[in-house]
Amino acid sequence: MIRVEIAKLFRRPRTYVIAGLLCALPFVVAVFLATTRIPPPPGQGGAFLSAVLSNGSLYPAAAMALVMPVFLPVSVAVLAGDSVAGEASQGTLRYLLIRPVGRTRLLVAKLVALIVFVLFAIGAVLLTSFLTGITMFGGEPAAGVAIPADVTSLSGVTITPFGLVMRLLATVAYIVISMLSVAAIALFLSTITDSGLGAAMGALAVLVTSQVLVTLDAAAAIRPYLPTRYWLAWVDFFRDPILWRDIERGAGIQLVFLVVLLGAAWANFMTRDISD
Amino acid sequence: MITTRGLVKTYGKVTAVDDVDLDVREGDRYGLLGPNGSGKTTLVRMLLGLVFATRGEIEVLGFKVPRRVREALPRIGAMVEGPGLYAHLNGRANLTLMDAAGPGGSRSDRKRRVGEALERVGLAGIDRRPVKAYSLGMRQRLGLAAALLRQPRLLVLDEPTNGLDPRGIREIRDLLAELNAEGTTVFLSSHLLGEIDALCSRVGVMDRGRLVLQDELSALRAPTGRVLVGTPEPDRVVALLNGRVEKRDGSRLTVRHADPGDLNTELVQAGIRVTSIGAERRTLEQVVLEATTTSSDRVS
Repeated sequence: MIRVEIAKLFRRPRTYVIAGLLCALPFVVAVFLATTRIPPPPGQGGAFLSAVLSNGSLYPAAAMALVMPVFLPVSVAVLAGDSVAGEASQGTLRYLLIRPVGRTRLLVAKLVALIVFVLFAIGAVLLTSFLTGITMFGGEPAAGVAIPADVTSLSGVTITPFGLVMRLLATVAYIVISMLSVAAIALFLSTITDSGLGAAMGALAVLVTSQVLVTLDAAAAIRPYLPTRYWLAWVDFFRDPILWRDIERGAGIQLVFLVVLLGAAWANFMTRDISD
Repeated sequence: MITTRGLVKTYGKVTAVDDVDLDVREGDRYGLLGPNGSGKTTLVRMLLGLVFATRGEIEVLGFKVPRRVREALPRIGAMVEGPGLYAHLNGRANLTLMDAAGPGGSRSDRKRRVGEALERVGLAGIDRRPVKAYSLGMRQRLGLAAALLRQPRLLVLDEPTNGLDPRGIREIRDLLAELNAEGTTVFLSSHLLGEIDALCSRVGVMDRGRLVLQDELSALRAPTGRVLVGTPEPDRVVALLNGRVEKRDGSRLTVRHADPGDLNTELVQAGIRVTSIGAERRTLEQVVLEATTTSSDRVS
């Protein structure tokens, strides 16, 4: 069933449209930065954007910082919201269940397909933004596409090319985990409603609320438990030494959200009448 | 094959299915009739484990539903309320995905199975167009092909001829009769009397959630003990039979008599010309109309 879900994911044109849009954003930003060479003032704008001007090979990290807070969660919410509700409104859900595909199995397959999508989208963004960064800002003086000799980290120490790749992989892993809570919220709502749009909307409402509360000092008491609080903690992978505290907390919160919401989705889906 | 006992499904205050004791036997061509909204679809969904019963028991192919429905489902082919298809994929891809989604059946066999199912429903020549370009009838056939993929022992079909033209309906009916002759039990639900009348051997009638009638079609349509006589001399017949004529409609008479043959002899011996004669049978329509109340989508 997991294989079928992944096949369905990659046979839908929208998967490529969404990935293409995700790749386009960093590209557009890069075009502006490269032509004007005006760096964002320190402390403002996306992380890494000023560092990128001097070394293009850091651009994949900057691209992550660009797509992470809004664009990526929106696309995950849309796909996850549609995952069960879309099958229901298409009329295929009942046929999958009487095929028979177990309800638990179906939910797990849907979640795995979402993780595959996040990996695919991030991979596409990393690749295109690496090429963009190298060609527009220059990183390696000699061979062009080859991994640059060393990169200046945010804290001013140099990272070896191997270290950069490892940190990027760690970043990918952390972002996938961060997206799990979005996926779980939307998946849960998707088992409640038959409207994929409604489920996506609900999940986005939760995220936007969380983002607003994160910046609100009056809500400081609940801040550490908000799903989006530690979303940008992966930036700490690019410090030397790596700052683990927020990364660990962030991952922990995401896993708690995942377990609770997936459990709720499962409990709801197992006992639901499929009558559409 | 299918038995239910005291099956009830309520949605809030509305009782969709009310105390139904369904009995479908092996080899049946069972037709479930009933007006729109009489609970047919809810009943079918409960049989397949999609909707959970409020009360009562269900057993399909010897397995309790919903607890062991996953053991029964691989041997059931079903179509519930229209086909469910991925509109952006072509017909073959749809069937291949459906086949791959569930258990059983080897992968090397898949292409052949899909091809056979398509051929059975008359779609052997479909091209690579996506399903969204299909006509309603083609989609219906594709849905039926999906139900036939795994050579089911039991076919559960809800309104299978929706959107088909008369020739298509005939083809599907012949296909179902053929499958039944090969040993597949067919359980069909429809609000179309003609469809059930032409295909089924046993009939159940639903009305407002209740199964008000369940019997062999031949028993339901047994002779009524009256004979229909067509004659150019109705007055003479009335005079001769003296009170046994129950209804007179121009040259057509309804006579209370057990045997058309005896009556014919009697009339001919009296020198009365007879143009047609035959035992009166109730039509399925009469049976259903007597068993049901009003159309449930009528609001008055």
